[in-house]
Amino acid sequence: MRRSMLFVSAQRPALLKDAYVYKPDSLLLDLEDAVAENQKDAARFSLYHALKTVDYRGVERVVRINGLDTPHWKEDIRVAVAGGADAVRISKCEKADDVRTVVRHIEQAEEEFGAEREQTLVMAALESPLGILNAYEICTACPERMIGVAIAGGDFRKSMQTRYYPGGLEMLGGRSNMLLAARAAGVQCFDTVFTNLDDMEGFRAEVEQNKQMGFDGKSLISPRQIAVVHEVFAPTQKEILEAEKIVRAWRENSALGIGVFTVDGKMIDIAFIPGAERVIMMAKASGLYRGDL
Amino acid sequence: MKNAVNREIPDELLQNGRKPFMGSGYYEGTEYRKDAPSVRVREKSFETKLLPSIREAVQKCGVKDGMTVSFHHHFREGDYIINMVMKEIVALGIRDITIAASSVGAAHDPVAEYIEQGIVTGLQTSGIRGRIGEAVSHGKLKTPAVLRSHGGRVRAVERGEVHIDVAFIGAPTSDCYGNARGVGGKSDCGVLSYAMVDAKYADKVVVITDTLVDFPNFPPSIQAVDVDWVVVVDAIGDPKKIATKAARMSQDPRDLMMAEYCARVMAATPYFRDGFSFQTGVGGASLAANRFLESMLVEKNYKIKWIIGGITKPAVDLLNKGLVEMIVDAQDFDVDSVQSIRDNPRHYEISVSQYASPGNKGAFVNKLDFVILAALDVDPDFNVHGITGSDGVLRGAPGGHPDASAGAKCTIIVTPLVRGRMATICEHVVTVTTPGECVDVVVTDYGIAVNPKRQDLLASLREAGLPLKTIEELKDEAYHIAGVPDDLEFHERVVAIMEARDGTILDVVRQIKPMKL
Repeated sequence: MRRSMLFVSAQRPALLKDAYVYKPDSLLLDLEDAVAENQKDAARFSLYHALKTVDYRGVERVVRINGLDTPHWKEDIRVAVAGGADAVRISKCEKADDVRTVVRHIEQAEEEFGAEREQTLVMAALESPLGILNAYEICTACPERMIGVAIAGGDFRKSMQTRYYPGGLEMLGGRSNMLLAARAAGVQCFDTVFTNLDDMEGFRAEVEQNKQMGFDGKSLISPRQIAVVHEVFAPTQKEILEAEKIVRAWRENSALGIGVFTVDGKMIDIAFIPGAERVIMMAKASGLYRGDL
Repeated sequence: MKNAVNREIPDELLQNGRKPFMGSGYYEGTEYRKDAPSVRVREKSFETKLLPSIREAVQKCGVKDGMTVSFHHHFREGDYIINMVMKEIVALGIRDITIAASSVGAAHDPVAEYIEQGIVTGLQTSGIRGRIGEAVSHGKLKTPAVLRSHGGRVRAVERGEVHIDVAFIGAPTSDCYGNARGVGGKSDCGVLSYAMVDAKYADKVVVITDTLVDFPNFPPSIQAVDVDWVVVVDAIGDPKKIATKAARMSQDPRDLMMAEYCARVMAATPYFRDGFSFQTGVGGASLAANRFLESMLVEKNYKIKWIIGGITKPAVDLLNKGLVEMIVDAQDFDVDSVQSIRDNPRHYEISVSQYASPGNKGAFVNKLDFVILAALDVDPDFNVHGITGSDGVLRGAPGGHPDASAGAKCTIIVTPLVRGRMATICEHVVTVTTPGECVDVVVTDYGIAVNPKRQDLLASLREAGLPLKTIEELKDEAYHIAGVPDDLEFHERVVAIMEARDGTILDVVRQIKPMKL
């Protein structure tokens, strides 16, 4: 579950040391844009020691590495793997080969540091029209490591010769194409950041749209945004009750060897189970379900 | 001997009936006869009490060696009064003076010099910062400073434990008879709540103003019947430092998270109902709690009956939005609160005796439902510290903290678990300023601890799904992050006595050993 993925600059030890207190699902520990060009070494140093010494209490640690067109990304990968990060986020990913290249370097680093093979997962940020058009290939480039894809609105809007508009019509094509590709590939899909912290209403509206479109979650720039995402993505009481009934009925019926049955007059089969289980998982994460499932 | 909060109190301080802290409410129901000032009869017609200078007022009041002079701190770091008065007292060659102020700060750094010269030999205050704090911590004051809560200070005055010989009261406006007000003038501070008590109990009262207005200056905070002399000076303070621009509501995510926890704690208790009463401190998280409270009030269609304390813009905003019925005000911290008491008929000035004294027949704090306050450190017994820095030097103020904590049905302390590199939940606080038995809930960024004596609250908060921890768990977590600090090193000599609000000794502050690096 990755509803909230909070960016934290690796250059800011005050945040790095305990950003888990805000309880995001994932932390995006940033070595890229949030770190000044002449501070990349220092940020890697802080990040490595944070990863080695801080107990992030189950919050996923994803390291955003610099783009493959920079001199930094290889060292970024070594630090992420040596520190034991859960995943690496590839910036400005445009083609499946970008994923393969990064994975190759991750494998080398895993070997170098004696890390468990396939310990480090990957995700890709799609920031250009080319990246969006190649989304399916990117999503399927490394099935054993690929978490999913995230659209990066800033660069994408620029390359589409547009800007932010409330309502997000300018992002509709990018978002939709990426969602289709991710769902077709069976990986997760995350929306871009919302940068105006003073416009919490606009932010909420965008998160509601994200949920409606089928995103798994969103990249965030401030801990203040986490609660809204979790609230919007939380299932309703009706959905929780329904999901609980379905999962319980499935367990009872499947034990008796029955594959198709009805719940409240609706026909249920195995196709409904992952969705119902996801609702229960989300409800638990949102503190809305305290049952025994 | 050890007192009720397990602090070692030297026997030599426990003389003349002075007791170690025995637990809150020790004197509940006891009776005493209040102290009274001497009064000068003025039965003949006369035109004015104006004197041409502070020096003349000092002389007319008969200030002499060994006397106690009092001041208020409504002008905060913008105050000119203490320095102006002390300069004249010193110039007249008077020595062995005790300053009884409601608070002293960096604005009064020149007084540190008088302490070092042995001219000021006693200090009684509810707040101590700047060079005065350093001078006292380094053992320069001849007698131990006495630190009291705001309510405790008033109680000590009412009982005669502190007898004020002359009160010098800076006032934004006054008439020629000494009817003085906190509103108006060039140095508007809103209220004169601390000074109200001094005016009633001091043998001599001098009002010092920079704005003389026509008689009668009504309704007065300080009444002419209590005033001996009036002096007009060019400026009583720096208006920019008296009523500062309202602090921007904290945007720090950590503050906001803790503020939201505070509001959720409140909402989870049975005291959160239509018509509750409320006080907050002025820390970032305490103030930000107002923001979360507002939406909870609207959602439930509740109103706060009254807000009390040091008043700031968030309280004024709630009043203006109709979410608070009235504000009862003992101090103003910003331009908005000053303006509100001037313009809003539902915003009332009260004396600090009414606000917080444990020595009268029932102060406002006794009816408080909630108070949210900050702390420097908290120990596993929930004892709170708020007077010395992490270097052991006096630079803080118990203020109204111990009073509101003792009175409120639900006292919430909010503090980040680690401040800088110091654990705030720790094994031993430097100085106990508020006893743990008065603290119900500690809110941190890492979780919320409930005082085990409040099993009722624990159950309510658990039901509400709040992230609960034990205080020991929080302490362990803090030490895990920040490490266990070395103990501060003090000499044996006691440089300040921290009185409990009832006059017993809660703790002592000892002379700090110079830091070696």
